[in-house]
Amino acid sequence: MNNIIVYCEIEDKAIADVSLELLTKGRKLADELKCELEAVLIGSDIKGMEKEVFQYGVDTLFTAEENRLYPYLTLPHANILSKLFEEEKPQIALFGATSIGRDLAPRIASALKCGLTADCTSLEIGAHRDKKQKKDYKDLLFQIRPAFGGNIIATIINPETRPQMATVREGVMKKEIYAPNYKGKVKKLDVPKYIKEEDFVVKILERHIEKKKIDIKNSHIIVSGGYGVGSKEHFELLFELADVLGAEVGGSRAAVDAGFIPHERQVGQTGVTVRPHLYIACGISGAVQHRAGMEESAMIISINKDPNAPINNIADYAIIGDVGEVIPKMIKYYKKNAK
Amino acid sequence: MKGFKIIVLAKQVPDTRNVGKDAMKANGTVNRAALPAVFNPEDLKALEQALRIKDENPGSTVTLLTMGPGRAAEIIREGLYRGADDGILITDRKFAGSDTLATSYAISLAIKKLSPYDIILSGRQAIDGDTAQVGPQAAEKIGIPQVTYCEEVVSISKHRVQIKRRLERGVETVECPLPALVTVHGSAPDCRSRNARLLMKFKHAKTVTELQEATDDYLDLYDTRPYLDIKEWTVDDLNADEEWLGLSGSPTKVKKVTNVVFTAKESKVLGDRDEEIEDLIKELLENHTIG
Repeated sequence: MNNIIVYCEIEDKAIADVSLELLTKGRKLADELKCELEAVLIGSDIKGMEKEVFQYGVDTLFTAEENRLYPYLTLPHANILSKLFEEEKPQIALFGATSIGRDLAPRIASALKCGLTADCTSLEIGAHRDKKQKKDYKDLLFQIRPAFGGNIIATIINPETRPQMATVREGVMKKEIYAPNYKGKVKKLDVPKYIKEEDFVVKILERHIEKKKIDIKNSHIIVSGGYGVGSKEHFELLFELADVLGAEVGGSRAAVDAGFIPHERQVGQTGVTVRPHLYIACGISGAVQHRAGMEESAMIISINKDPNAPINNIADYAIIGDVGEVIPKMIKYYKKNAK
Repeated sequence: MKGFKIIVLAKQVPDTRNVGKDAMKANGTVNRAALPAVFNPEDLKALEQALRIKDENPGSTVTLLTMGPGRAAEIIREGLYRGADDGILITDRKFAGSDTLATSYAISLAIKKLSPYDIILSGRQAIDGDTAQVGPQAAEKIGIPQVTYCEEVVSISKHRVQIKRRLERGVETVECPLPALVTVHGSAPDCRSRNARLLMKFKHAKTVTELQEATDDYLDLYDTRPYLDIKEWTVDDLNADEEWLGLSGSPTKVKKVTNVVFTAKESKVLGDRDEEIEDLIKELLENHTIG
C-alpha cells in the first residue's frame, strides 16, 4: 500500500532501458519517502527477468503472464494495471514516455480519474501549500517537464488524486544497479481475473521493430565533435559524456571525413539539421555548413582551444580549453552534482 | 454504401514550433502573445486521413470538433475550406483551467452526443502541451478502443479499420473494430490545401457568438444557407457534471512555471579550471537543461 510502482516495458525479450532508469529513480524516491518499490511485468514469457528487476532494489514484482500479452496491446495492459492500482493503491506510478507508455498511461489515468503528467525530465519530492484552501501537502511528487515547445519548464503536482502518475523520457535519468543480490518477492497475478475476452479486440497483423538505432535528430542533447577532437579514441570521451547526460553523439563533416565517426551522425548542411535543447560542440571550429545544421539549438556550449574559433560567436558558453581535459571534468562534476 | 460518419478532434494552438531567438523578449523569455494561433499540425494530418476516407467512400461526412475560446472557430473554418462538412465548437468559461482529464471528459460527452459515428480521428498531440493524453483518455471515457500513432488508414470497412502505426523503433499494422478513436502521428501525410470553391462557400461560416458580434449584412444568409452555422455547445448542451470540469475536474496543478531564459547573443567565455566547469554544470542542472 502507498508504494511506488514502475511499469516495466518489454521489447525483444528484454526490459527496456527506460524502465531500468525508472526503477533506479523509483528506488531513490522510495528511500526518500520510506516506502517500498514495486514493479510490474506483463508479457508472454517473463521467466528469468525477475533477477534483473530485483537488482534495482525492487521489493515486490507483480507478474502477469499469458500468451496474448506480448506484443503490447492497449486494453489488456491498461485493464490489468487499472485493477492492480485499485488493489494496491500506490502513491506514485511511473511509465516510460515511449510509444507504449504514452499510449497506456492516459488510459489508466482516465479510468482511475487521477492526474498524469507526460514526458517528465525530472522528478522530485517536495511540499506544497495551497494558499486558497489553506491546506498543506507534504511528500508530493514534483513532476518537472518542458512545455510550450521547450520554452518553459513547468512543475506539475497532483495534490489530491492517487496514484500520482507520470511518464518519463528515455535517457534523462541514470540507470544504476542498487544491490546485485537484492531480495524481493514475486507476486503472480491471476490473469483471467484482470482481463476479459473483449480486451483483445485489436489484432496485430504485422510488426517490424528495429534494434535501437542512432537518432540524433530527436535527441534533446547532442554532444558533437569536430576535427579538433583529434582521434577516434578521443571521440570515446564524447560518447562517455553523452552516456551520462542521456545524449546522442554527432559530428562535423571534417570528423566524418577523418573517419572519427560514421556519416549517419553528421550534423550540418550535408548531414542532418538538429535543434536540440543543448548542443555541446567539441573541437568544432564552426564552418558555415556546420552552423547551418545546428545554430537553432536552444543552447550551445563550445569547447575549443582556439578563442577565435567562429563557433564561439554563436555559442552561449565558450569554454577555452582542451577537449581531452574539459570533458572528463564535465563528467566528474555532473556525477557529483546530479541528483 | 452510405459512407462513414467521421469525427475529427482538433485544437487551436500557439505556434511554438519556430520560436527563434527573435521571438524572445528582452529578458530572454518567449513572447507568447507574438505567436500566431494555428491549427495544431498533427490534427491537420488527422483531417487529411478523414478526408481520404471521405474521398473513397461517397456519402461520408467529416465533423470537426474543437474546444476552446470563441476564436477557436477559426480552425473550424480552416477545416471547412479543406473539405470538412461541419464543425462544433465546445466553449464555456466553465472549461477554463481544464487539464487533460477534464478536457477529455468534455470531449467524450460531445462525442457521445454525436452518436452514432464510425471513427474518431485526432492528432497524436498538440504542440503547446505535447501530452498526447486527451485522445486515449476520451476513448477510455467513451469505452471504445484506441489506436495511437497512425501513419496511414490502410483500409476501412463497415465494422473494422486497418491502421499502420509508427512506433519509435518500427511500424505495426493493426486491425481494430469500429467505432474506435485513432490518433495520427506527425509522419502521416500533410493535409491538402484550401479549396477555392470551399473557401467561397464557407467564408461566412460563423458561430452564434460571432454572428452577434458581426456588423456586416450577411445575417439573412444564415436562413437560406444553414451550412454556414458553426454550432456552439456549452456545459448545458453537454449535460456535464460541473465538478468534473475546469479546475475542480483537473487533478494536476501547475505549481511553478519557469521561463527558459535564452542568454543574450554575447557568449560567456570560460576557462578550463575546475570551478568554472563545475559552476557551469550546476547552472545547467538548476535550469533543467540537463537532467
